Amino acid sequence: MKEFEALTRKNDKQPVRYLIVDDSVFARKSLAKMVELFGGQVAGEAGDGRTAISEYTRTNPDIVLMDITMPQMEGIEAVENIVREHPDARVVMVSSVGYQDNILAALQKGARHFIQKPVKPDTLYEIVRYVLNDELSTLPAGAGGGITR
Amino acid sequence: MRMDLIQPFIGSLDAVLAEMMKAPAKIVDLTMEEEGYRRKGMAASVRFRGQIEGRIVLDMEPRAAAKVAGYLTDSEVDPAEPIVPETVCELANMVIGNAATQLNDRGFQFRVFPPEVLTEEQCAKAGQDSEATILCFETPSGNVHLNIAMRYHARRSRERPPVSVP
Repeated sequence: MKEFEALTRKNDKQPVRYLIVDDSVFARKSLAKMVELFGGQVAGEAGDGRTAISEYTRTNPDIVLMDITMPQMEGIEAVENIVREHPDARVVMVSSVGYQDNILAALQKGARHFIQKPVKPDTLYEIVRYVLNDELSTLPAGAGGGITR
Repeated sequence: MRMDLIQPFIGSLDAVLAEMMKAPAKIVDLTMEEEGYRRKGMAASVRFRGQIEGRIVLDMEPRAAAKVAGYLTDSEVDPAEPIVPETVCELANMVIGNAATQLNDRGFQFRVFPPEVLTEEQCAKAGQDSEATILCFETPSGNVHLNIAMRYHARRSRERPPVSVP
């Protein structure tokens, strides 16, 4: 399995902390495994948008990986709520459905990027580096690209 | 059934299996059925409504589903473990999501609903409403079936205003 350079925070050199939001246990485990590969830490998990909002406040993560289609409250609405309360929140949408309308709506509500499932570790790593650019101890080189807010 | 609507699902399943199973998959059989669907392994169903309506069933041999689940834990997973049906649901979600994105980009408007584990009782109902195309993919870990039943509503896509009667 490919090895990734560990991503750490610039201010305290601690691992990047992630909040993973997806109604699928499989998807959460899959993303958590990638977070581990990147040297990160799972600060919290949520299975719906409503829980994601409370988990964000409780855990104050560096970045959120958010599904779109979920019960209770969908991802786009959750992003809107989180960003309203925490304008600096960095949220990456992770969804199997990549409709242009969905992506635009998410970006307009405050998401920083979008990645379509199945998620490839290389792609997610580059997007995390891009989105956390100024928060990381090592500066990204040529990270990200594509859709940004 | 229109093949141009089915093709994105075939391409999507192929891509998802290649990524998640790290192994090639090839189509070994294609059949049409009008009777109630008989589940072959562990199955998940995803419904969609709009200009295209219907449902897709992803049906995997338990050892194939367990193999995918095993990538998460880096260990052997027993097909009876709860993560295995979850895995089939998420794979179905990815296959349908990717195909739906392609169809949406071509102008078809429809909504995709979250995947559900398909029980024996639901199987009989699942195939009663319409003709289904069943594709069998062969993988090194076992066969994967994709059961597609959908209708295209040409009238809805035109969205003509009602004609006034003098």
